[in-house]
Amino acid sequence: MLSRTADHLYWMARYIERAENLARMLDVNNRMLLLPQSAREVERLWRETLDSIGLLEAYSKGHDKIISEEVVHFMALDRNNPGSIYSCLRSARENAHAVRGTLTSELWETINTTWLKLREYNIEKLGADELDAFFEWVKLRSHQSRGVSFATMMRDEANCFLRLGTFIERADNTARILDVKFNFINEAPRHDDASEYYQWSALLHSVSAFEIYRKVYRDQITPSRVAELLILRGDMPRSLAHCTSEVQAFLEQVANQRSAETQRRAGELAASLRFGRIEDVLETGLHNYLTRFITRINDIGDRIATDFLLPVTA
Amino acid sequence: MAPIKDHTPDNPALARFFDEMSNAAGEVRPHYQGYVSWFDGMPADRMARKRHEADALFHRSGITFAVYGDEAGAERLIPFDVIPRIIPAHEWLALADGLRQRVKALNAFLHDIYHGQEILKAGRIPTEQVLANAQYRPEMQGVDVPRNIYAAIAGVDIVRAGAGEFYVLEDNLRVPSGVSYMIENRKMMMRLFPELFARNRVAPVEHYPDLLLDTLRAVAPKGVPDPVVVVLTPGSFNSAYFEHAFLAQQMGVELVEGSDLFVRDEQVFMRTTQGPQRVDVIYRRIDDDFLDPLAFRPDSMLGVPGLLSAYRAGNVTVSNAVGTGVADDKSIYPYVGEMVRFYLGEEPILNNVPTYMLRKPDDLAYVLEHLAELVVKEVHGAGGYGMLVGPASTHAEIEDFRLRILASPEKYIAQPTLSLSTCPTFVDAGIAPRHIDLRPFVLSGNEVRFVPGGLTRVALKEGSLVVNSSQGGGTKDTWVLEE
Repeated sequence: MLSRTADHLYWMARYIERAENLARMLDVNNRMLLLPQSAREVERLWRETLDSIGLLEAYSKGHDKIISEEVVHFMALDRNNPGSIYSCLRSARENAHAVRGTLTSELWETINTTWLKLREYNIEKLGADELDAFFEWVKLRSHQSRGVSFATMMRDEANCFLRLGTFIERADNTARILDVKFNFINEAPRHDDASEYYQWSALLHSVSAFEIYRKVYRDQITPSRVAELLILRGDMPRSLAHCTSEVQAFLEQVANQRSAETQRRAGELAASLRFGRIEDVLETGLHNYLTRFITRINDIGDRIATDFLLPVTA
Repeated sequence: MAPIKDHTPDNPALARFFDEMSNAAGEVRPHYQGYVSWFDGMPADRMARKRHEADALFHRSGITFAVYGDEAGAERLIPFDVIPRIIPAHEWLALADGLRQRVKALNAFLHDIYHGQEILKAGRIPTEQVLANAQYRPEMQGVDVPRNIYAAIAGVDIVRAGAGEFYVLEDNLRVPSGVSYMIENRKMMMRLFPELFARNRVAPVEHYPDLLLDTLRAVAPKGVPDPVVVVLTPGSFNSAYFEHAFLAQQMGVELVEGSDLFVRDEQVFMRTTQGPQRVDVIYRRIDDDFLDPLAFRPDSMLGVPGLLSAYRAGNVTVSNAVGTGVADDKSIYPYVGEMVRFYLGEEPILNNVPTYMLRKPDDLAYVLEHLAELVVKEVHGAGGYGMLVGPASTHAEIEDFRLRILASPEKYIAQPTLSLSTCPTFVDAGIAPRHIDLRPFVLSGNEVRFVPGGLTRVALKEGSLVVNSSQGGGTKDTWVLEE
């Protein structure tokens, strides 16, 4: 397969996944804001969220204060913010357009329809209730893209690069969501057990893990189990363990003469999650652990780019 | 719905045109009778719904084209008209014979002028017309191309005038486009009106990509057992990108941009995830000028450095060949009949439109006196840009064009304004006759082949004779109907 084609497929999948995770992040924040919070706490929540995805500086350039509505608009629909849901879906569509011949027509039409529909949203006028529906819609369209691709695409190289994009991005995003939320909840002033319960459950909801948690643990929600579920559970589809094992498997299918070291690093990372213990993770400190993980998963992403996606003549 | 024939030449001014559906007495021609009786039984609201459905489907599938000079990246749908243009099989067979003959002669001409130049020595075409032509490529002199096929893919524009006789308007031998719309239009018609195809014996066209792939493999360099074919596109911002992607996908070959290819030791490779892979045939949708920055325009970002050297060494086929533009140039067009006689020893089957060449003083004088009746075109123009349609122009426009002609007469040719045939077409006010043309796609590999029919373009503006999509033209499904 052409390197450029693989590159477009990979980034198309990453942007779709990123848009979905942005929606999840905004959704969990909205849920947390339903709980009684001081203004300072609200500001801290948004500041840490923006910081975790590297957008704090860009936001501060255009805005004097951190105001919920403005941050939501900035992250969801701001056309000039390259990290907004709007921009991600535009980039996904541009990448898909460049390789539309490689996609099944169903997949292309799904992505193109998402983009056409997105442009119909009246950017300036979404009320709080409509925002909720908007996040649901973004998630649903992402599910649809993935489902259509799963149901119609050949299991060939194109499929592998799509999945690599999906799982690299998801691993990165899950780690960031976890990091920022753990930090926020830990440092929150304690009111009572109930408020903590709601914060944890909001986090679980945001990664579609609330029901799974109940099923797996049949017990009350504790931080270490939340961490275990989202980091180490191989059967939890958004966990770091699951994402890295998928990355490892798809890398093996596309291996070429240059990619041995990348495969080794992906295998090592996947193994550390598969055989890791939550006690050790917590002992390192969750924040340190997740920061290190994000560095490693992005290193693998960079190596995929050099091994497969960048035009080389050698 | 009101009978469709009531809508055909309603306007007395249009009555003098040949209408594809009805004769001068207003009677439906035999090959349209099946369609018209079906149409007349169709409830108006159902037809309106179907037309709306077609728009939505084209939009969703992104079958659009980019418009140059429009805001950056703007994409538009090419309007699709649901009333088909129908050609009876016997008329198509005669046309096909003429097309086969014409394209053979054009390929023979190209081979000749890049080798022995016999036709020039014989004085049948003025030498300077060919050798001083900007489209003549000295780099190609003496270069052999596989099977001596230069224009493997030709799109010959055909119109039908007053009494129903066919004329060739121009031969497109560089990168003719539109074939994807021919196929998509048929798919759309079959989706919207499956019952029509059960009732009428319409010749299929959807196998065109198979024929194209076969043709491209036939012109691969000699001795390559299983040639690798690619489609070379300028990229996703090109107006015909949809078609490039469509053809690559339908043929099951890679769609490449210049940066995906590189040349090493006069061989062409593409960059893949598994390392370099050899390329044997490039179906290029990029003009000569942009193919190779080392040989042609050095500022081209679209091409492949070194491609021409690999091509001249015979290690890769570029199709259509470099330098085909010299044969479809408007200043060479008047001589195509001569080519048929000279190379094939036959009389041309297809008519040329009489053409005044303004570099000739007599022709110039005549044309300047009759500007209001004539169509004047730039020799190197394309896409309906830079032309004057005398009868449809204001006095000021004509005078403005006169100055441009006088400044450099050799840049222009003129032709009588043909009364292009009409076909009933949906317009805002209902159904009305609109002018049409036809672009069949002629493939030359082992033999000359085509799918029956081609792309019918329709000028949607009342009275307009310009069918180009860049000028607001639309398209119709084209049926070759077995009788």
